[in-house]
Amino acid sequence: MKTSLRAHLKRGSIASVATMGATALLLAGCGAPPEAGSPSATARDYTGCIVSDSGGFDDQSFNQSSYEGLKKTEKDLGIKVNQVESQTNNDFEPNLRAMVTAGCDLTITVGFLLGDATKAQATANPDSHFAIIDFGYNPAIPNVKPIIYDTAQAAFLAGYLAAGSTKTGTVATFGGIKIPTVTIFMDGYADGVKYYNEQKGKDVKVLGWDKASQDGSFTGDFTKQDVGKQLTQNFLDQGADIVMPVAGPVGKGAGAALNEAKAAGKDVKLIWVDSDGFLTAPEYKDIMLSSVMKLMGEAVETVVKEDADGKFTNTPYVGTLANDGVQLAPFHSLDSQVPADLKSELDQLKKDIVDGKIKVESAASPKA
Amino acid sequence: MSEKDPRKHEADLHPDKPRGATPAAEETAAVVALDTAGGAMEPSAVPATAQSGKLPGGPDTLVRKIFTGNGMVSILAVFLALIIGGLLIASTDEQVGRTSAYLFARPADFLTAVWNAATGSYIALFQGSIFNPRGSSVGVQFAPFMETLTIATPLITAGLGVALAFRAGLFNIGAQGQIIMAGILAAWVGFALDLPLGLHLLLVLVAGIVGGALWGGLVGLLKARTGAHEVILTIMFNYIALYFLRYLLNTPAFQRPGDSNPISPILDPNAVYPQILGTQYRLHLGFVLAIAATVLVWWLLSRSTVGFEFRAVGANPKAAQTAGINVSRSTILVMAIAGALAGMSGVAQVAGTEKVLTDGVAATYGFDAITVALLGRSTPWGTFAAGLLFGAFRAGAVQMQIQTGTPIDIVLVVQSLIVLFIAAPPLVRAVFGLNPRRRKPAAAGTSQKAAATGGAA
Repeated sequence: MKTSLRAHLKRGSIASVATMGATALLLAGCGAPPEAGSPSATARDYTGCIVSDSGGFDDQSFNQSSYEGLKKTEKDLGIKVNQVESQTNNDFEPNLRAMVTAGCDLTITVGFLLGDATKAQATANPDSHFAIIDFGYNPAIPNVKPIIYDTAQAAFLAGYLAAGSTKTGTVATFGGIKIPTVTIFMDGYADGVKYYNEQKGKDVKVLGWDKASQDGSFTGDFTKQDVGKQLTQNFLDQGADIVMPVAGPVGKGAGAALNEAKAAGKDVKLIWVDSDGFLTAPEYKDIMLSSVMKLMGEAVETVVKEDADGKFTNTPYVGTLANDGVQLAPFHSLDSQVPADLKSELDQLKKDIVDGKIKVESAASPKA
Repeated sequence: MSEKDPRKHEADLHPDKPRGATPAAEETAAVVALDTAGGAMEPSAVPATAQSGKLPGGPDTLVRKIFTGNGMVSILAVFLALIIGGLLIASTDEQVGRTSAYLFARPADFLTAVWNAATGSYIALFQGSIFNPRGSSVGVQFAPFMETLTIATPLITAGLGVALAFRAGLFNIGAQGQIIMAGILAAWVGFALDLPLGLHLLLVLVAGIVGGALWGGLVGLLKARTGAHEVILTIMFNYIALYFLRYLLNTPAFQRPGDSNPISPILDPNAVYPQILGTQYRLHLGFVLAIAATVLVWWLLSRSTVGFEFRAVGANPKAAQTAGINVSRSTILVMAIAGALAGMSGVAQVAGTEKVLTDGVAATYGFDAITVALLGRSTPWGTFAAGLLFGAFRAGAVQMQIQTGTPIDIVLVVQSLIVLFIAAPPLVRAVFGLNPRRRKPAAAGTSQKAAATGGAA
């Protein structure tokens, strides 16, 4: 009895789901078919291609920014775009080879892991052009353009800003994995704080990174947000009130911890990296002091445009404060909390760095 | 798979149990034990009822036996997974989405779009894994197949390691960690030492096999001595291996001079596998060794005393113990051999395709290997075939992505569906109408029970 009832109910629910589905299809399928033969045009006979590392184009980090930059050129320049994701390191070589065979004029590869594979394909195909993000060659390869960033310059400003904004006299940072593209942020940040201390005779402490020993706090990967949250909590317990996570999506863990602290009445702030966090991570915009931006999309656009115009060179593109390749993002809603003095000091500092009066150095700085 | 595991304590209770009176008597006893255990060839990791249970009711004709046998279920599972994968591809296709808007005005458009999306992707998959008709020469046309063999190499050897452990009743999740440990040792020997041609490669191979064998054998030892469960152990050992690798890659000894990126120097040219069919293919000597390993495992399992003991322990550890088989020793030995086989995958990675050590050295091969072993029904040649199939999937997925824009992840979905269907043979049989006709309600009840068990696996 019981079972038959259940069977009946089950059948009934399946029937109703089926009816609903059919109704949806009926409603969705009532449109009119398009007229036959719609024109399509390609403006330029040029193909730009991109190969990701195993992070994929949705990594909320450099793969994504580079991909979005290339996608933008598709519209702006009217070129064709071809993209392929690598699932594992084994895919690099076949992916790159496929791109060259598919007739890509310029192939962009993302990250140091693709360094060897890019070099091999570039050497085997001297007529194809390549660009590689966040990696440089020594000696240079004639048909590969490295796109690298002197991120320490912008991070220096962030460190100075943090030191000038902290109420507790302690600021913090942590990284995802200890690789040069991460530690360069932390070096600049620590130096910015140090410079502030020297100028103002203060003693603002930095937690999470020691430039001299090149060692600090890392979450171990770019995925585990809970570890980032835990680290941030530790920093808060040790008296820090401003945190700069350099760990891609793991930064959200730091944001969550800081949001909780803020809800508990603490005056805490977050410094985002890579993109303007106020726009890309709006859930933390009430605590977003600023961001250390590394404008990869723009660089990709520039390089593609140059190559499409026949002006390819293998001179590395180095993003600096001078060419706006790296920037300190606007303060947005926290603008009123940054004193005017500090703002003008930051402007002056930026000028001095651009003019070379202040040298920002990091072991991870691009050697160009 | 884990709840019925009495051998754990058995081994500790009688570590020095005296052997039986005569070896011949022992063998007979063990054979009887195997037979009564039902399906001596089955891995205990998957419930026997779910795999090969006698069909309730209906005449057991030869045709039915073929179609409901394990091999057929595997093939049907792959087939079914491909169909569902095709529907998924179609559902994400732009043209399908556009034509579905006027489905009723012109249904043919919609159906054509669905058909084109699915077949287009699968044709690209085929062209990327077996044969590319647009190639300029025969060599280029078969290049995709060589790529399939290349990618299949680590899958086959790691799969053999998992399969062998399955047969001894151990669920070895640790191929990933074993590949990593092997990769570390093999890569270090490859880039740090400077040895003559031949000797260097041999040493790289030995280092990798030893690394994997130690990492696997350690699990066997811990299980045999303390009764700790191998699933927990291997999972934890995977983490230890990965974090150890990441630590090493942060030390200057494992980095390139003047560079602090976590990537090792390139292996010495003397230390890498030669490309056996010329430099235009990535196919390397590791594939030949994978074939050799398959033969070896086949011989081990079906021709050797040790392999017989493995199977006996896997079928019924208590009976094996009673028959005088040293279960502890078998556990340690089988895990060490499984680790050595996975170690060959690590060597294939660092000395075959990548030629450097990064923290992605094991890719996902350690976990894919479990699927490969499952699909191959834990037989050596079945695993070999399953490894080839998965190699083809992976190689073809790259082409599929480039040619049709189908996301590479669809292959992962198909792989997962295969596992799902293999774990539920009654479901697969039901889909293809191969379940026995039910005459009495009682028979239906039994069948449902089997389905439930299968689902749990």
